[in-house]
Amino acid sequence: MSDRAISWLFISPTLLLLLAINIFPLIWTIRMSLTNYKANMGWMKYRSVGIDNYVDILTDSDIWEAMQTTAHFVFWSIFIEVVLGFGLALLINRKFRGHSFWTTIILLPMMLSPAVVGNFWTFLFQPQSGLFNYVVSFFSGVDPASFQMIGDVKLAPWTIVLVDVWMWTPYVMLICLAGLRSIPDYIYEAAEVDRASAWRRFRSVTLPMVMPFLMLAVLFRGIENFKMFDMVNLLTNGGPGSLTETVSITLKRAAFEKWQTGWSSALAIILFLTVFGAANIYIKVLNKVKQR
Amino acid sequence: MKTLSRSLCTALLGTALGLAGTAVQAKTLTLCWAAWDPANALVELSKDFTKQSGVEMKFEFVPWTSYADRFLNELNSHSKLCDLIVGDSQWIGGSAENGHYVKLNEFFDKNGIKMSDFAQPTVLGYSEWPKHSPNYWALPAMGDAVGWTYRKDWFAKPELRQEFKTKYGRELAPPKTWDEFMQVAKFFQNRVIDGKKVYGAYIFTERGSEGITMGVTNVMYDYGFDYDNPKKPYEMNGFVNSAGAVKGLEIYKEIFKCCTAPGMTNAYMSEGLDAFKSGQVAMQMNWFAFFPGLYKAMGADKIGFFVNPSGPDGHYTQLGGQGLSVVSYSDNRAEALQYMKWFAQPAVQKKWWSLGGYSCLKAVLNDPSFPGSAPFAGDFLVSMNMVKDFWAEPIYATLLLDMQKRIHDYVVADKGSAQDALNGLTKDWTRDFKDAGKL
Repeated sequence: MSDRAISWLFISPTLLLLLAINIFPLIWTIRMSLTNYKANMGWMKYRSVGIDNYVDILTDSDIWEAMQTTAHFVFWSIFIEVVLGFGLALLINRKFRGHSFWTTIILLPMMLSPAVVGNFWTFLFQPQSGLFNYVVSFFSGVDPASFQMIGDVKLAPWTIVLVDVWMWTPYVMLICLAGLRSIPDYIYEAAEVDRASAWRRFRSVTLPMVMPFLMLAVLFRGIENFKMFDMVNLLTNGGPGSLTETVSITLKRAAFEKWQTGWSSALAIILFLTVFGAANIYIKVLNKVKQR
Repeated sequence: MKTLSRSLCTALLGTALGLAGTAVQAKTLTLCWAAWDPANALVELSKDFTKQSGVEMKFEFVPWTSYADRFLNELNSHSKLCDLIVGDSQWIGGSAENGHYVKLNEFFDKNGIKMSDFAQPTVLGYSEWPKHSPNYWALPAMGDAVGWTYRKDWFAKPELRQEFKTKYGRELAPPKTWDEFMQVAKFFQNRVIDGKKVYGAYIFTERGSEGITMGVTNVMYDYGFDYDNPKKPYEMNGFVNSAGAVKGLEIYKEIFKCCTAPGMTNAYMSEGLDAFKSGQVAMQMNWFAFFPGLYKAMGADKIGFFVNPSGPDGHYTQLGGQGLSVVSYSDNRAEALQYMKWFAQPAVQKKWWSLGGYSCLKAVLNDPSFPGSAPFAGDFLVSMNMVKDFWAEPIYATLLLDMQKRIHDYVVADKGSAQDALNGLTKDWTRDFKDAGKL
C-alpha cells in the first residue's frame, strides 16, 4: 500500500465522521430552509418555498428586535468582561500572599454549568427572598422588595449581562494572564532603563503585546454570546415579554415549540453566516494586529 | 442414556415453566399525564382496575412545564410509550387529524357509553373534533376550569370589614364583578396583616408555555373577546381585537401593575399556590384541580373559593382539564379500552371525585349531595357551565405561542398598547391559519 493510501486510510474515519455530523446536517439544513417542512408532522408532504423563508425572516420586525437584544447583550457583556478581565489579570500577575488561593476563587464561576448558573441566579434575583436584593438593600438602604431584576423592563436586559460577566470574566482574565506572562521581562527592563513611566510602559509595552490575546478573548466570547441560549433561557426565558429574547431563543421557539422547521432552518443558516462572516473579518483584523 | 433423559426432562420442565410464566405474566398499561395532585388520585383509583382485571398499571407523569412538549413529541414520533393518555383539551384537533388518538364512537356505542351522560362543556372541550360534531376521541376525564381562592380569615377580620365598608359602601366579600375585584385587590395591596406585608391578588403571568394566556382570557372573555366570528370561522378581525377585548386586556394589566406581589412576572400554578399558602396574597387565580389539596393544607378557616368574576359582556371562565384517550400506536389497545370502559362507570367516577379528581359524569355532578361534598364543589359546577376554551386546532401550539408573546409583551414588558398587542395577534393568527391552509 502506498504512503498516500495509508494516509487516506488513517484520516478517512475522521473525515467520514465530520461529513456525517457536520457537513451532512449543514447541507440538510440548507435544503430544509427552502421548504415549509414541519418536523412534528414529518409524515405530511412538504413543498419548496424558494427563498420565502429568508425573505420572511429578514423582513420580520421581531427578528430584528431579537438581533438588537443579542447585540446589546454581546456588546456590553464583552466590553465589561474585557475591562474587568484585563484588570484582574494585571492584579493576579503580581506576586502577593494568597495569590493561588485568590486565582482559584476568581476562576470558580467559569467552572460551573451555564444551566446551574441561570437557575441559581434566578433564586438570587427573587425580589422577596433573593440574596441579591438584600445585598443591594444593605448597601443602598432601598427596600429589597421594591425592585426586581428579572421582571423589570429596564433592568432585565442588564441582568443577563451581569450574570454573563460574573461567569465569564475569569475566562477573559485567564487569556489576558497568558498574554501578560508571555511578555519577556527584558522589554520592561529596557523600558525602565529608558526611564519610561509606569503608564508609558503599560501603553507602549503591555497593551500592544497583550492586544492579540485580548482580541482572541473577544472573538471567543463574541461567538459564544451570539449563540447564548442556556443561561438566558433559564434566567429570564426571554422575558419579560420578549425583552431578553436573544436570537437563539427565537430560534428554539420556532424550531421546537412552533415546529416551523423550514423557517427555523433558514434562521439558523442566517445566524451561521453572520457569525462565520463576522469571525472571518475579525480574524483578518487580528492577524494584522499580530503582524504590527 | 440416563443422563440424556434427565437433560430432556429438565429442558421440558424448563419450557413448561417458561410457558406458564408467560401465561400468568400480567399485561401492563402505561398511562401518561402531568405530575400533579389529581394524577396521584388516579394512581390510587387505578388500583381497583388492576384488582378487577389483573392488568398492571404504570404511570408516566411529567411536570406541567414540559407536559405538552414531552407528550406531543411522543405522539408525533408515533411512540408506543403511552397506551393511554390524559391529553390537554387543546391537543384534540391535532391528535385527531394526525391519527394519534383512537376514534371512540364505535367503542362507546358497543359499550353503552353515552356522551350525553357527561357534562356538555366537557364533551365539547375534551372529546369532540371537529367541534360540535359527534366524533369522539377522548372520554371526559378530568373536568377543570379557572377559579379563585381567597383568604377567608382576612376577609373576616372586623377592622378590615369596617374599613372596607366605610371606603366602598359595601361588605368585604368575594368579588362578583371585575370592578369589585379591583376594589378588593387594591384594598389588600401592601397592607400589613399579622405583621406581614401582603398583596392583593395572584394572577398567571408565565411566558414559556401557556400561563399568561390561560390567565388573561378570564378577563377578556367577560369583556367581549372572541376567537373568531361565530358565523364565519377564522374571521378574527373585530373579534380578537374588538374594543371589549382591548378593555379586558387593559384590566388584566391594571391588576398586574396595581395588585400583585413583586417579582410575579413569570408565574404560573405552583407560584400561585406558594404565594397563597405562605400568606402573601389575598386572592389567588388557579385551576380547580388544585383546590382539594389546597383546602386540605390550609384548613376551612383560612381558605374560601369563588368563581371567576363577571364583566359587562358576560360571565365566562377559562376551561382547563383533560380527556382520556387511547393512543393509536399502542400495542395494548384492547386493555386500554378495557380501562376506559372501567373508568366510565358511575361508581368509579364517584370514587374518582372522592379521591380528588374532577369527574365530568352528570350522575356525579347532578347528584344533590355534590355541591355540599366539598367547599369548592358548588363553584366548580357553576364554573363548568360558563367555560370557554382556547383554540383546539392542530396548530394550537403556534397560536398559543403567538398569544403568549403578544400578551406578555404588553402586560409585563410594557410594550405598546393593548390595541397594538391584539392587532398584532390578529395578524399572527391570520398568517398561521393561512400557512395551515385554513384561510
